[in-house]
Amino acid sequence: MDIHEYQAKEILSSFGVTIPRGGIVYSPETAENKAREIGGSKWVVKAQIHSGARGKAGGIIVCNSPLEVAQATDKLLGKKLVTNQTGPEGKIVNRIYIEEATDIEKELYLGLVFDRISESIMVVASTEGGMSVEEIAKEKPESIIRSKIEVAVGIQNFQARELAFGLGIEPELIRRASETIVGCAKAFSELDATMVEVNPLVISKQKQILALDCKMSFDNNAMFRRDKVSELRDKTQEDEKEVYASDRGLNYVSLDGNIGNIINGAGLAMASMDMIKLAGGEPANFLDVGGGATPEKIVKAFKLITMDKKVKVILVNIFAGINRCDWVAEGIVQALEKIEIKVPLVIRLAGTNVEKGNKILQDSKLNYIEADTLEDAANKAVAALK
Amino acid sequence: MAVFIRKDTKILIQGFTGKMGTFHAEEMIKYGSNVVGGVTPGKGGQKHLNRPVFNTVKDAVKHTGATASILFVPPAFAADSAMEAADAGIKTCVAIVDGIPSHDMIRIKRYMRRYSRKEKMTLVGPNCAGIISPGKSMLGIMPGHIYKEGRVGIISRSGTLGYEAAQQLKNLNIGVSTSVGIGGDPINGSSFRDIIEKFETDDETDVILMIGEIGGPQEVAAGEFAKENMKKPIVGYIAGLTAPKGRVMGHAGAIVSAYGESAVEKVELLKECGVTISKNPSVMGETVKQVLSSQIN
Repeated sequence: MDIHEYQAKEILSSFGVTIPRGGIVYSPETAENKAREIGGSKWVVKAQIHSGARGKAGGIIVCNSPLEVAQATDKLLGKKLVTNQTGPEGKIVNRIYIEEATDIEKELYLGLVFDRISESIMVVASTEGGMSVEEIAKEKPESIIRSKIEVAVGIQNFQARELAFGLGIEPELIRRASETIVGCAKAFSELDATMVEVNPLVISKQKQILALDCKMSFDNNAMFRRDKVSELRDKTQEDEKEVYASDRGLNYVSLDGNIGNIINGAGLAMASMDMIKLAGGEPANFLDVGGGATPEKIVKAFKLITMDKKVKVILVNIFAGINRCDWVAEGIVQALEKIEIKVPLVIRLAGTNVEKGNKILQDSKLNYIEADTLEDAANKAVAALK
Repeated sequence: MAVFIRKDTKILIQGFTGKMGTFHAEEMIKYGSNVVGGVTPGKGGQKHLNRPVFNTVKDAVKHTGATASILFVPPAFAADSAMEAADAGIKTCVAIVDGIPSHDMIRIKRYMRRYSRKEKMTLVGPNCAGIISPGKSMLGIMPGHIYKEGRVGIISRSGTLGYEAAQQLKNLNIGVSTSVGIGGDPINGSSFRDIIEKFETDDETDVILMIGEIGGPQEVAAGEFAKENMKKPIVGYIAGLTAPKGRVMGHAGAIVSAYGESAVEKVELLKECGVTISKNPSVMGETVKQVLSSQIN
């Protein structure tokens, strides 16, 4: 789960990281007031969307008066911002963060992620802040320093100091820099984060160490014990169909093609998408209804797929184990009594009681194309497009 | 001797009396697995499915001599249960449950470092279908009848894709020695490398089918290990050719975030390690058959 910049800043601030003064607003009037409240003579108006690279997309505006702050807010609110991470449809701006401008002396990079090779938390830092970590890795790989956190004991002060010295931070700022790194690491461990990124982490001309932009992601599997974090979810930043799916216990990812898929199991779903591609088609989605493929889930899956106007063919591929094909087939028949399908439907059943399952489908009034193997199913789905 | 489980391996069900535990314990017993009892804290002393229920894994091990267990406990309690099994001397533990936090998985793995290599429990999963040695024993939730007895070792992240492979093999009259589902989570108990290493020393396995997917370093790490250390041939398939970068594809671990984690890159890297690639998921069985026949000739 992703959260907004301002939410990540509030969290990190509670772990001892210094952030510039700022506040969240939802209208030009409150923006103007907020700017006066913050004080100073220069402000930054920042569109809150779940994406990086907002600056290049026009989502960050520097202002020299409270009036300009109001105007910038007015300009951004309700707008869809398209960045290189949002896809062409962009993401809607519903919240604006107003922040005092910072006199930057130096921009650094600080990130924490799970390292799947060492199965620990890895701190990644670089003197080249402001660029994405991918760009840094490509253009200035020698600037990257890493430190592995032993999960059982958490980050140690010496590790934070080593990183701070490694970043060339001047001696009088080492303590604050270490505290900042330790704060980020604690937030990561204590809140079940999967990613914390402060980019840039800046040293200001006033010799403060400030988190200027922050990103945090969290482990969806741990949200049952993180009430405060899960409340930060902003569904307006997620694909509408993906929200519908996740609310109903389905694993769904919206894609660009026109062959809709209903499959049980994530691996089989990916494999079926691959077969569609090899057969010359493009999948419209990834959809895993779960290994069990219960009739309730199948009904929900059909509802979801029919919401997607791009879909020109639907492919159902279920490998029934303990749940049996006859039971799955009955689920499909029942689902399609409730939902009207206007596009060709290809169904492939496999596994336990496959003959019984196919017989149930054949004897029903269902208008569909029967497929035998994975390959056969993909070929028939692509052929049905024409 | 089969890897992990034999016909007589004594099995405990953790979360025995719950709905999931009961259902799958029955399926395992029907298959012929030697289920000797189970654990549900607070229900010790009762009988369930004609077998004793214990309060702790330690009690259960003491009274039954069990060496394997399977977890059907909710995600919030799964880490605790896995560590309890390790501490009680269980040798093979399968965690079926989907939804264990990654931080918990790391904690389990760190906890298990206190045991010597000989004493250490093998944890398989979470978020997996479990282990089956056809005709001998099933420590999992798979449909047992789709597996024919034979000499192919299967390792798969995905449950249903593993079933697909077993079915393709069966249709070609090829059987399976042991099939292991290692699960779709980013941090898992046993990696591809851990399992292929066991298959290498298993005298019932001639060829290994490794079914991976996008995300993480494990498939390639296994390939590199095999290149240096293994004689048995490996057939590989990687799912997720069409998966977009940076998106989680159902399995928490199926996300491309670095070089070498996409399907195309993994396939290239595995080929360099000498792994025979099944060019699509429909020919996993065929590809194993070709490798088997080239071995004989």
